[in-house]
Parts: sequence; C-alpha cells; structure tokens
Amino acid sequence: MKLIFERSKPGHALTILPPLDVERTALPAALLRESAPMLPELSETELSRHYTELNKQVYGVNDGFYPLGSCTMKYNPRVDEEMAALPGFTGIHPLAPKTATEGCRKVLELAASLLEEISGMDAMTFEPAAGAHGEFTGVLLIKQYHDARGDSARRKIIVPDSAHGTNPATAAMCGYEVINIASGEDGCVDLESLKAALGPDTAGLMLTNPNTVGLFDPNILEITRLVHEAGGLCYYDGANLNAIMGHVRPGDMGFDCVHMNLHKTFATPHGGGGPGAGAVGCKVFLAPYLPKSAMLDEPGHCQVRSFAGNFLVVVRALTYILTLGREGIPQASETAVLNANYLMKGLREIFTPAFDRLCMHEFVLDLSDYKKETGVSALDVAKGLIDFGIHPPTMYFPLIVHEALMLEPTETESRETLDEVAEIFRKVAELGREDPEYLHTAPHKAPIGRPDEVAAARSPILRA
Amino acid sequence: MGHFLPSSPEERQKMLEALGLSSARELYRDVPDSVLLNGLLNLPEGLSELAVAEKMRGLAAENKQYKRILRGAGAYDHYIPSIVRYIPSKEEFLTAYTPYQAEISQGVLQSIFEYQTMICELTGMEVSNASVYDGATAAAEAAGMCKNRKRSVTLVSETVNPEVINVMRTYLYGAGTELKVVPAKDGRTDAEALKEMLSAETASFCFQQPNFFGQFEDAEKFIAAVKEAGAMVIMHCNPIALGLMKSPGELGADIAVGEGQPLGMPLAYGGPYLGFMATTKKYMRSLPGRIVGQTADADGNRAFVLSLQAREQHIRREKASSNICSNEALCAMTAGLYLAAMGPAGLKEVASQCLSKAHYLAAELAKVPGVSLAYSGEFFHEFVTVMPKAQEVLAALDGAGILGGLPVEGGLLWCVTEKASKADLDETVRIVKEVLA
Repeated sequence: MKLIFERSKPGHALTILPPLDVERTALPAALLRESAPMLPELSETELSRHYTELNKQVYGVNDGFYPLGSCTMKYNPRVDEEMAALPGFTGIHPLAPKTATEGCRKVLELAASLLEEISGMDAMTFEPAAGAHGEFTGVLLIKQYHDARGDSARRKIIVPDSAHGTNPATAAMCGYEVINIASGEDGCVDLESLKAALGPDTAGLMLTNPNTVGLFDPNILEITRLVHEAGGLCYYDGANLNAIMGHVRPGDMGFDCVHMNLHKTFATPHGGGGPGAGAVGCKVFLAPYLPKSAMLDEPGHCQVRSFAGNFLVVVRALTYILTLGREGIPQASETAVLNANYLMKGLREIFTPAFDRLCMHEFVLDLSDYKKETGVSALDVAKGLIDFGIHPPTMYFPLIVHEALMLEPTETESRETLDEVAEIFRKVAELGREDPEYLHTAPHKAPIGRPDEVAAARSPILRA
Repeated sequence: MGHFLPSSPEERQKMLEALGLSSARELYRDVPDSVLLNGLLNLPEGLSELAVAEKMRGLAAENKQYKRILRGAGAYDHYIPSIVRYIPSKEEFLTAYTPYQAEISQGVLQSIFEYQTMICELTGMEVSNASVYDGATAAAEAAGMCKNRKRSVTLVSETVNPEVINVMRTYLYGAGTELKVVPAKDGRTDAEALKEMLSAETASFCFQQPNFFGQFEDAEKFIAAVKEAGAMVIMHCNPIALGLMKSPGELGADIAVGEGQPLGMPLAYGGPYLGFMATTKKYMRSLPGRIVGQTADADGNRAFVLSLQAREQHIRREKASSNICSNEALCAMTAGLYLAAMGPAGLKEVASQCLSKAHYLAAELAKVPGVSLAYSGEFFHEFVTVMPKAQEVLAALDGAGILGGLPVEGGLLWCVTEKASKADLDETVRIVKEVLA
C-alpha cells in the first residue's frame, strides 16, 4: 500500500477556506519558520481513496468475532455515535459560561449517578481519558488520603502477579514501591501471601475481580477486610466490570475507589487504541480528593487532564446505559458470562482450559501441552485463526499461564457464532497436528505475513 | 428496554441447560451471598432507540450553540473539513482495538505512522509517539521524561495554560518531585527570573508558544540559558501556529508537545482531544506510549508494527516509561487526515487567516474608547484586552450569539480563528462600543 506521501502531487488540494476578508498580517521574520513542513498534497478523491484503502486493512468489531480477552470488544451501537455527533454536544466550548452548558453538565451528572449506582460508589470524575489514566487517578486518591493524614510511612502498593501491566506501572508513577504477590494455584489471591505483604507500610491494594484468568475471587470480602485492617485502601481495576454489572458491586465488595472503562464495558468504541474514558468513582471519604478542572472550578485541586475529560465518550456511554436500563445492564453481564462458559465448553475438548471450572466473562486456555505435542505455539494458533476470518484472542497474558490464549466473547455474540468459532478452533488445532509448518508461518490470507518485529526494534524506522 | 443481544431468551435458556445450569444466577455462585444483589439496581427503565435519541437530543438542546466563538484558551474553534469528519466514523477504524495483531491492523498502523511523520514535520523533531491523552498530559509526560535522580526539579512558565500547569503539578505530585513556576512579566516569561531559578537540580523548563495570553515568547532568549544549565527544553506549541512560526526543532527544543485538538477535532466540551509528543532520536527510548515502526514481512512487503515496546507497561510493568495503554489513536488519525486535507499551503493559510483576523479584531477593539490591549508583544490568534464593564460586554455579546473572550486575570482573553468573518468581527466591535458608550 502506498503511503499518503507517495500519493502526493504538487498542486493537488481541497478548497476549504474562503479568501481572507481582512488585511493580511505578517509576522516578523525572526518568528517565522525557516523550512515548510512536508505535508502531502492530495485532491479530495485521492484522500478518500487512501483512507478507504487503509480502512479495508483494519479488522473491527463489525467485521466479525473479536474475542480479545480483557478488552471487552462488544458491539458498539450506532445510535451512540449519532448522539455523540450532535452539534449540541460537539460545538460546545469547554470554557463557555455555565448558563450555556446546562446540557453537557446534565450529561455528566446523570452519567455519574448511574455509574455510581452500578459500581456502588458515592462520587465520580470523568477527567481520566483511559483505563490506565483512571488507575493513576484512583491511586492518587489513595496517596492524597494518606498524605492528608500525615501517614507518610505507607510507601507500598500490593499488586497480584496476574495483574495487567498498567497496575504496577501506575503504582510506580504515583511514587509507590510495588509489591507483587503470587497467585494461588486456583488463580486467585493467595491469602497467606497477602497477609505476609501487608503491614504499616501498605498504602493499598490494586485488584481486578473477576481477575485476569476470568475467575471471581470467592475470598474477596476477606481480602478487602485484611487490607483495611492493615490501614491500606482497596482500588478496583474495572477492566473486568462487564462480568458483574447489576449482580455485585465493587463498592459492596469493600473497594474504596474504582475506575470503569467506558470504552469497554459501556460499549463505546476503541478507535484502534483510543479515545477511551476511565471514569473514576470513590467512596464519600475520598471525594474531597477527586480531581477538579482548574478553570471550571476553584484552582488548587489535583487535575489529571484538561477540562472535563473525553466528554463525547461519556455521551456514548450514557446513551448505552439509558438504552439498557435496570434490566438490560445485568442481562448484558450475565449473557457475557453465559457466552464465555458456553464457548469454554465448546473448546474444552480442543485445548486445555487453564482453570477448568465455571468462569466469569472470560477464560484462559493453556496450550503448553499442545505445544509439546505439535511444536505449535499459542502465537501460531492465534495467527492461524486470522486465516479463518476471526480476530485472535489475547496472547501470552496473564503472565502466570504459559502459552496462554485468553478469550472474552462478550454478550453481543450469538450461539451460532460461538458454535462456529469452536469449529474453527478445532480446524486450526487439527491443522497444527497435520501441518505445523503451515501454522508457524500463518497467517497466509491476511494483507501481510508476519512482520519482522525484531528488525523494527533494532533499527527503528519511525517516520516516512 | 433496549438491548444488543443477538440471542433470544429461549436460546439463552438452552445454552444454560447445555452447561448443566438452570438459571443465570447460578453463573454467579462464586460471589459471596452477602454481596450478591437480590433485586434490580436503582437505574431507570431501559429505552428504545427512538426514546433514547429523543432524550439525548433534549439534553443537547439545553446547551447554547453560539453562532460565533471568540474564545480559545486551550480549545479552538476551527473549521473541520467534511471529509475529516466523515472518515473516522468508518466502522472498521472506529471499532478496532489497539493494533496488537499487525497482520489485520495495517490500516490503523499505517495511519499512525503517517501521523507520526506529519508531527515530526510540523515540529521539526525526529521521533513522534502515537499520541497521549491531551496537550496537558503530554506536557506532564514530557516533564517525567526529563527527570533523573540528580535533576528532579521541573520549571514551567506562568504563561503556560493553567490547565496544563495544574496537570503537570498533579503528575509530579504523583512522582514526588517538585514543580516551580517561573513568573511572567508583561505577558511573557520573565527570562531573568528563569535564569535565576535554573540550577544543577533543574530537569527541564516548559514554555508555551504562543503562550496562554497569545503572546509569542522570545524563546531564543532563554533556550540557550536552559541548555547551558544542563536542563532540557519542553516546548508546548499550538499546531496551527506551526504552519507559520519557528518550530521546536528549529529553536533547539528537546521535546515538542501540544494540544492536537485544533487539527480536526471539535470543541466537544473538552474531548476527546489529542496530545502530541515528539523528540530527538537521543530521547526516543524514553518516550511514553505507543510508537509505530516500519518493517517488512517474510516476503519483503512493507509492514508496520507497534515498536520499541520494551518501554511499555505490558512488558516493563513497574519499570515502564509510563502506564499509558489506550491513547487517542482515532484522534491521531484525524489529525493526520486534517493535515493532509489542508496540505502545506492550506495549513499556512489557516494560520495566516487566524493571525490576520485576530489582529484585525484587536486593532478595532483598541480603537474603542476605554479599551486597550494588555500586552504589547507579537501575538498569534489570541490577545488580552483591558476594558471596563467586561461582564456586561460578554452578556451583550452572548445575547447576539457571540461567545466573547474568556475572563482571565487582567482582562478578557480573545481568540479569533479562520471561521470568523469580517462581518462577525465588526458586529462584535459594534456591540462592545454600544456597551461602553
């Protein structure tokens, strides 16, 4: 495929601006740039064709099955997009007077009240622009709380070894020492390891429940009690909230603060890697530490992003929650869990589940034995799936399972699709036994074959 | 109630039965009884598509849409070409995840590679990342890149957007290091004060060009001093102004950051926006976030991948350069698309029209008795006026559908973009005159 710069022809352009209707001002030469930026020159037709060609080389949720574990790739309703594109929302300046932004503020207030109810929290901020940004905000709440009490000895954040990489990275960004604790054989928090890690230096615990192997930790109440007893606070990573909405709430499990990924659980699209929104909720005692925008409110508060955050993502999430309502929200979650269990059952005969028991919204397959038998890795299987028209699962995560494939089908898949997917996995598994080389070099039907990532890192080419 | 389930209750019951379960509640048997919810949450009843659309339209209608916005201060009302609004709504771009699976994500990867290239061109830097959340977090992340054990103090000019300073302060509070604000003098950085504040502990100095008050900083005057002190220079710049003004690369900045919203993103009450970040090859491996690199597949076809991942949280965990995971990919693609739609001549013309129209309004306002400009330096598309009865002026403009300048310390901060016509600006001046008469 041509780069946009390779399509550029001198003099090709769109007609966007009218002629200037006031006298032209010139800047002093000392302020002017010396060399013009090399930007492409295209007509609108050429521009349209270029991006359409790019778009054909992208696999989205609308293309087909997208079981990317931990990413909740559910269907993104079109009406949410339409609402987010209303000029009454897109045309509003973030620093317009309050009298002119009544609607935007109602959107935020309403979304906050609904998400507080879903998460069991008392207050909310929409400043964080993504999940990891929400984690950062949540851990800052914990830090401010301890600091305000003069409790400066609390320097450590406990994170299970099954956690997303963002958890330890977040704790480190907040100046904390990260204590990784081992998971038990059942994939859940090992209570003895937790007890051993807890002490007067514990600032808090970061945990997702259901955890990253797709299991609801049955000891959750004991875990949060132990952390509180040691004087620490509990942070809920909402990455896996899609399993439990309307069935159990982080606030009731003993968590003090939580982030929710509006771009996962609440059906707003991922955009190829953002924009998202990581709304953060907390219990009332942490509410004074929530970020507040400097210009919108009185200055001096902590602030993690300019203005009110990714507002249009909140519009989409609100549209979604209002559509589903009190009955639809729990139904979405229980169907996500049902679909995951149904798919796991369909795959159990083909690959080994890492934890062969009832799962929540996702599950992990362990291909270690299959690899020993065939030489075909989880990566090879993932790439082989591409040739059958489905998106691969998350690979090699969580780190506690070797040769892991993590599947999260979400609630927006039909029984037929799940049956077909099981059949595709069976075909790929058989292919690996008959012709392992074919899978070592898969995919064969994608726009490109496997790219050389080592070369990319060794001699980086990062621009045209 | 609305839903998006492609299965009927009967089908779901059969699936439960296939699992040997009789009800969905059994799926939650690991949840302790004391916290398993018994009834429904206190949420409203679900709505049909028609009803929810009516509800949301009603909320949107409670906002006021101005016919002309003469306010910036970090969010800029530029014209967005139709094709720039349309292409990012294509469902594949819109609904894909981060491009971990390169073989079926070349479109996203290439769009980011092209964006990175254009940001490098615009800023005159060598390496761009794939975006961060917004201009404020870009500055905060940049400050984080510059610190080390010996050099831990970050300096920021008072003339940087207060939202940016606040976010920097929050990030540095997280890291437990200090942020010091360099005072302003006559609407620009006080270069003498800066020189006095530089020390062996200074990690970096961040300034904004043009600054919060629209003024061009005399950057050459202080960049050399900062570098001499062994600290790094972070330049927070307006991407439209870069169509005309000296780039961070030309000025010798180490890191260029900025708010990418003017490149094709609507005001949208604050977001989604786009933080751009670019640096020199020397600091490439300490950049936060995704970076797309070019490579080849086994057949030698050009291919793009997420590269230099050894910096990132999913590999390095607590030792990562940042915790960032999701960024603003679709906004980055939008910015690339905007820059391609404008082209080199178009970008320069937008910048020139903003500059010219802002100067026209400033000159006309300054002719009104009682009105003066707060600062005398060169400015781009924002300027501060001093006038009596500022609140009454804003109210009168509001009545005419015009959002006037933002009240800031010392006056009103106006912004004029290419969207304002001479007639709009003349009407504005007329209203100001009437109020002050």
